[in-house]
Amino acid sequence: MSVSSSYERFFDIPIGPQHPALKEPLFLKLIVEGEHVVAADVDVSYTHRGIERAMQERNYVQNIYLAERICGICNVAHTLCYCQNVEGLYDVEIPSRALYIRVLVEELARIHSHLLWLGVAAHEIGFDTLFMYVWRDREIVMDLIEEVTGNRVTSAINTIGGVRRDVKPETCDKCLKAMDYIEERTKYYKRVCKTDPTIAARCVGVGILKPDEAVRLCAVGPTLRASNVKYDVRADDPYAVHDEVPFNVIVYDTNDSFGRILVRIDEIFESINMVRYCIKHMPSGPVRARLRLNPPVGEHLSRVEAPRGELVHYVKSNGSEKPERYKVRTPTFENLSALCEMLTSKGNYVVNIADVPVVFASIDPCLSCTSRVAILDSERGKIWIGSLEELKRLKR
Amino acid sequence: MAMLPEVFRHIFKKRATLMYPFRDREKIPVPEGLRGKMSFNRELCIGCGLCARFCPSGAAKLVEDDKGKRPIFYIDQCLFCAQCEEVCPRKAITLTREFEVAGFNRSNLVVK
Repeated sequence: MSVSSSYERFFDIPIGPQHPALKEPLFLKLIVEGEHVVAADVDVSYTHRGIERAMQERNYVQNIYLAERICGICNVAHTLCYCQNVEGLYDVEIPSRALYIRVLVEELARIHSHLLWLGVAAHEIGFDTLFMYVWRDREIVMDLIEEVTGNRVTSAINTIGGVRRDVKPETCDKCLKAMDYIEERTKYYKRVCKTDPTIAARCVGVGILKPDEAVRLCAVGPTLRASNVKYDVRADDPYAVHDEVPFNVIVYDTNDSFGRILVRIDEIFESINMVRYCIKHMPSGPVRARLRLNPPVGEHLSRVEAPRGELVHYVKSNGSEKPERYKVRTPTFENLSALCEMLTSKGNYVVNIADVPVVFASIDPCLSCTSRVAILDSERGKIWIGSLEELKRLKR
Repeated sequence: MAMLPEVFRHIFKKRATLMYPFRDREKIPVPEGLRGKMSFNRELCIGCGLCARFCPSGAAKLVEDDKGKRPIFYIDQCLFCAQCEEVCPRKAITLTREFEVAGFNRSNLVVK
């Protein structure tokens, strides 16, 4: 028997869609040279649920709850975006108390999402003690959301024309008390993240995304802000009452996974202050404007800063009780091309295979929101998005 | 090393979790407005069918009984969004705070 003399320099390593290090169904095709990743390709289409098509088959009220289920963690952002969109078709004034409650719940959801992410990131780093402490404190925020909206996760607070229930004064007091506790704990977690050698070793200088690359690849949210680009929909295109509620856009110039941790922790502080402001300055009055069931003919696009970044919804109405076309663009989708850039070794910057889960977790991925079917018809130069039935028809 | 004092402090702290299904059932904080299993009052229902029309998951189905049309609620399909409670013109549907609705038999998961 002779030993093969063939020597290949580059190897393909497939990771996922089911892999112990990834919590989400992502297929990563890594091309490695030794231990270093030189190129990466992603496939996210394992959880396509046909939600856009399903929305065209339901009426506008049912779609609130369907939009909520695009993503469990950022459900408030999705319903907010959906409701703003449909309200945009009516061109109607929403009561200001409703807008304050929307921002209040949105920021509570952001705190819970960032704490959840901090726990997941700690788990990916291999720091499970921090993961468990963070998730224990996240329960306090979950309980607050349950108290305000009636459910821990799928809050169903936003509706077309306002919000579905008012906030009671005793709930406000509870919120303020809990915010003090969360602020104190988050300060402690920030100290841990800044001083702990494990986190520094796994995150500093890992997953570099330069500012010009971040802008070129259309990164959004904390991924973009950790690359020192000051962009936040809440500040740049204020919706609800974000033009009245003061906050700072957090940016870090470290360009790496460590910066993404710090951006999210600092955003928790900003959200805590916004929750306090909303409770103190909430005007009295109605929380809902009653609207006709069928919106007028037209189209509308709305943007919301979800915890993961800029979320875009588009609706086209033909005057009936169902939308003619609905389109969702989630933040993770935008961050995927930035993820491929982070996973590519260049010059002095090398990505080891062991860094891949940390880099992947650093964009705060949410893949089941992201999966959409897009068909590119190269003959006619047209892109359209359709259902499985339409795909089958196309195949024939 | 900011973690060490915290870890030692936790040795003497009370456990954060509850032994839920076996013990501590009464210790679970259930807030006032929790959306749980619905209750239906047949006397108030006028059979307008709005609950079935707006139910996002098809959990409310309109059927006919000796008094006319009325909805039946299948909890196994319910999202607990309280849309039926919201649209009901006669307040015949209210969502209770009962959240333990899991079961082994689907026929038990029906509210009539």
